[in-house]
Amino acid sequence: MRRGISIRWLPLLTVLAMLGPVVAGLLGTIAPAFGYLPAANMTERTVAPFVDLFRWGGFPHAVMLSVTTGFLATSLSLLITVLIIAGWHGTRAFNLIRRLLSPLLSVPHAASAFGIAFLITPSGWVARAFSPWLTGWERPPDVLIVQDHWGLAMVVGLVAKEVPFLLLMSLAALGQVNAKSSATIAAALGYGRVTGWLKTVFPRVYAQIRLPVYVVLAYSMSTVDVAIVLGPNTPPTLSVQIVKWMSDPDLAMRLEAAAAALVQLLLVIGALIWWRGGEIVVGILGAKWVMRGTRSFGDNALRVVGLGAGVLVCTGVLLGLVSLGVWSVAGLWSYPDVLPDSLSARSWSRHWGNIFDTGITTLLIAVCATFIAVLLTLGCLEAEYRFDFTMSERGVFLLYLPLMVPQTAFLPGLQTLMLSAGLKSGFVPVVLAHLVFVLPYVFLSLSDPFRAWDVRFGTIAAALGRSANGVFWRVRLPMLLAPVLTAVAVGFAASVGQYLPTLLVGGGRLSTLTTEAVALAAGGDRRAIGVYGLAQTVAAILPFAAALLLPQIIWRNRRGLSDA
Amino acid sequence: MNHELHLDNIRISKDGRELIAIDQTVAAGEVLSVMGPSGAGKSTLLNYIIGTLPSDFKATGAVLLNGADLCALPSNQRQVGILFQDDLLFPHMSVGQNLAFGLSADIRGADRPARIDQALTEIGLEGFADRDPETLSGGQKARVALMRMLLSEPRVLLLDEAFSRLDTERRDQIRTLVFDTARARQLPVIMVTHDQADADAAGGPVFYLTD
Amino acid sequence: MNILRTTALAFCALSTTATAQTDPENWDAVTAAANGQTVYWNAWGGSTQTNDFIAWVGDRVSEDYGVTLEHVKLSDTADAVSRVLAEKSAGQNDDGAIDMIWINGANFAAMKDANLLFGPFAESLPNWALVDVQGKSVQSDFTVPTDGMESPWAMAQVVFIHDTADLAAPLGSMEAILEWSSANPGRFTFPQPPDFLGTTFLKQALIDLLDDTTVLSAPVGDNYDEVTAPLWDFMDALTPTLWRQGKAYPQTGPRQLQLIADNEVDLAISFSPGEASAAIANFQLPDTARTFVLDKGTLGNASFVAIPYNSGSSEGAMVVANFLMSAEAQTRAQNPDILGYGTVLNMDALSTNERAAFDALDLGIATLSPAELGTALPEPHPSWATRLADDWAARYGVAQ
Repeated sequence: MRRGISIRWLPLLTVLAMLGPVVAGLLGTIAPAFGYLPAANMTERTVAPFVDLFRWGGFPHAVMLSVTTGFLATSLSLLITVLIIAGWHGTRAFNLIRRLLSPLLSVPHAASAFGIAFLITPSGWVARAFSPWLTGWERPPDVLIVQDHWGLAMVVGLVAKEVPFLLLMSLAALGQVNAKSSATIAAALGYGRVTGWLKTVFPRVYAQIRLPVYVVLAYSMSTVDVAIVLGPNTPPTLSVQIVKWMSDPDLAMRLEAAAAALVQLLLVIGALIWWRGGEIVVGILGAKWVMRGTRSFGDNALRVVGLGAGVLVCTGVLLGLVSLGVWSVAGLWSYPDVLPDSLSARSWSRHWGNIFDTGITTLLIAVCATFIAVLLTLGCLEAEYRFDFTMSERGVFLLYLPLMVPQTAFLPGLQTLMLSAGLKSGFVPVVLAHLVFVLPYVFLSLSDPFRAWDVRFGTIAAALGRSANGVFWRVRLPMLLAPVLTAVAVGFAASVGQYLPTLLVGGGRLSTLTTEAVALAAGGDRRAIGVYGLAQTVAAILPFAAALLLPQIIWRNRRGLSDA
Repeated sequence: MNHELHLDNIRISKDGRELIAIDQTVAAGEVLSVMGPSGAGKSTLLNYIIGTLPSDFKATGAVLLNGADLCALPSNQRQVGILFQDDLLFPHMSVGQNLAFGLSADIRGADRPARIDQALTEIGLEGFADRDPETLSGGQKARVALMRMLLSEPRVLLLDEAFSRLDTERRDQIRTLVFDTARARQLPVIMVTHDQADADAAGGPVFYLTD
Repeated sequence: MNILRTTALAFCALSTTATAQTDPENWDAVTAAANGQTVYWNAWGGSTQTNDFIAWVGDRVSEDYGVTLEHVKLSDTADAVSRVLAEKSAGQNDDGAIDMIWINGANFAAMKDANLLFGPFAESLPNWALVDVQGKSVQSDFTVPTDGMESPWAMAQVVFIHDTADLAAPLGSMEAILEWSSANPGRFTFPQPPDFLGTTFLKQALIDLLDDTTVLSAPVGDNYDEVTAPLWDFMDALTPTLWRQGKAYPQTGPRQLQLIADNEVDLAISFSPGEASAAIANFQLPDTARTFVLDKGTLGNASFVAIPYNSGSSEGAMVVANFLMSAEAQTRAQNPDILGYGTVLNMDALSTNERAAFDALDLGIATLSPAELGTALPEPHPSWATRLADDWAARYGVAQ
């Protein structure tokens, strides 16, 4: 039973693969934060970096930015998600939204941020569409929208990606919570659609999506790519400032960066605790509201708001993508033209060679990271089944942990540690770094379908004489083809969109479509950004198309599996 | 072969509460009906015999088949056949592949399709080998499920509410088919059911589970 | 072929090659060792024109010397400095990730002081003989002597790009710029310091406002407040009239071009006299864009390449550095359709044919001729730049 033993250790191995780098990176950040950086001849342990950090003029505002944009983005995303579901679950509009979700989710953050930036900037597409005939603007107004001081544009960019994410998580939760009957009962008791759902289903759904909400909060507070494109610069958010300090030629700034990274981590932890407190307060208030028995609470208005917000989010992302496409083939395109003066294939032909090369690298990394992630996940889930243990809540929490620790807090430390260990930067370390972020998504995507598989199939197969491995390979896995392919697509998209891991751990030797796109963002060449943004998006979306089409093709003669 | 099944002082409990206590012999070709209200734990007995009892249950006692204790063997070596409420035909395999799944590996090469065709003819589904299971009617699926189980040459038959999904007409048909087959092959049968009519048709000993 | 190479790299990620670095004086040994090497040139990747030029350099050195050039695109040169530093602190002293860096100014000073560079090598390269050592400041980088630790490849000079559709006439001084900006608020901006171009604007403004600029050649001292007072008065007046009232800034030079194309601003600063022409050819600027310099002259400096101390392909890097100084590469770089950068070469040192190639170049409609560009003013000591950038960040970088 050698096989049996090795599979039993898979859960432990998986946890190590996911959390090992995070812990190692955090440790690698602590030393410089307290003044210890031998390369720069700094070896005393001191709190000077923290003092310098607090003395930086932008510190209070950067901290406030991180906290407020984080809370605002998360609350808005949650609110919109809840309104959409509460108002429209079970309707045809809802099914349409469901289908759009996966493609929307797979648009990488950077591409989506670029697109939205172009839409809402004063000289952007929306303004051009209405100028000058409606607005009278011969020149674009000097209004600070993108990169505004309070980070509102950034919040918009974040919400656009987070609503699909929370919707997807909520839909999974709805399946487990028997929402339909609750909704029917509430309606029978006279409750309005939205109020009824909020009072009966929401608390149960929230319990399931709590961890994804925490991930959204942590990400909103510590994102770098979206903040670079949409966030303010005077001063920037704390995470962006950390990356700036890490790149400063003055080596003493590296210590400040490490100190700031620790502060960022503490901020995220504090915010999570605060949010938890908020949950309790909302719970108490909600219970009182339920007791009062109000049947309806502006239900129709809320339904409209929910739908409007949902439509806005979808069109925002999609239009943004379209704008990237138009920029990629644009000749001269100035304000207030809604369309370019001329079209030209020049941008594509000049970038195509590099896109192809970096695209191959991107795909190779994604394939390896996703392959390992799927292997580990399937192994863990199968081990769960065979040895009859279930993942406790703590296990689920560990799964989400890499997504909640800010990347800026541990990736630089990881880079230094790897160098000290003599690991050359290159393909394998980057794949392992990507694995840290791909694993949670693959696990989350695959675990429910895997566990929902009717175990009686397994019982029958065993009764018919198949060994445990036989049952896995010949019965379970084929039946789970569609969910596995979806998990592969999710993992792929997660890997394609990674920026900091590739940049820092790869030492600049590995260029992916995302690192190229963000590097170009600094250059402001919208045509190049359009080309790379689109390429990045296609790379992330193709696997979803495959995940949808392949099962239809493979199971074309098997009705039982082809309309999953 | 003459198989006799002896459930030797089997006690199954969960969280300190005893669910099943049974000591019973089932002769070859005989049907033991296990009855009781839902939730009482009827299926747990079947799980124990198959070897898939979840770890939060505690069980003692032996399952003796011709004197040998089945519990010493892993599930896939016990040669126990089981039918559930749902036919549970593997949706990714054709009807023929489903049947072949249970067919012993000793039958090789060209003998296999021949054996399967023969089996299909036996249940009146000649030529159905390449069909998608989903295209079959409820009764047809039940027959395929039964034949799939029989092709694996089980020594014991377990029925977990196997007839409750079928409409009354089919029900009689399939039930009779199963019992006749069991008698012909001299297999002991344990049937879990909440329907008295099933137990009456079985005509064997009945074990009632209390809450 | 790059795909295969990438795949091969993927599966040989852990292999190392130990190399002993060759003496630059022995050029034959250098070219022999360079054959087959891969050089990772870490260079700013924010401009597609520059990226294309580097790709062309790669093709040429591969043809002539068997050297494979990989352009690692940086958004900030300091990233490369960080990397070499991280490698040194981890004890990785052979075959570091970086073989060559496009560098100058404060970054160069930092690496030189921390002993992170290979060399001296620049003056041993064959094409050094063609360089205009007398006429251009290629041996001192922002007043810091290069000591042959970096090799020049392009000359830059500050020009101002303006959209003649909205701002027809050149402005001759910083005061003129302030006057125009006050009358037309929101139509001017500059990249946010510490971006090098933004810091350059501060230096340029300071130099233009001061009567005596010799004090800037020396390191910054107690005279800082006194010397920079006119600059901060100027900036206090200018900042509220800037684009977005000075509450947001473009983050890089090329970003400004986008703003001009979007009709959001009319004036921008650039370090490349040929950039406007190249941008027009590339659809990035309207064809009404032109350039001007200030009456008193504008800053000029050289771009260099340096080799980290732990490079495993130092011979290949030297070959590339040498090629960059060749007449062929310099002519191509100066061509505004390609790049529009100034040359480091001495026209008198070239052969008749090479010289003719330079003369035949059409510098572009928005490029000023060398006569119109005038003399380039020398850069201040790097400590001034750092101090100005920090001070600006403290005063305006953190808006209310």
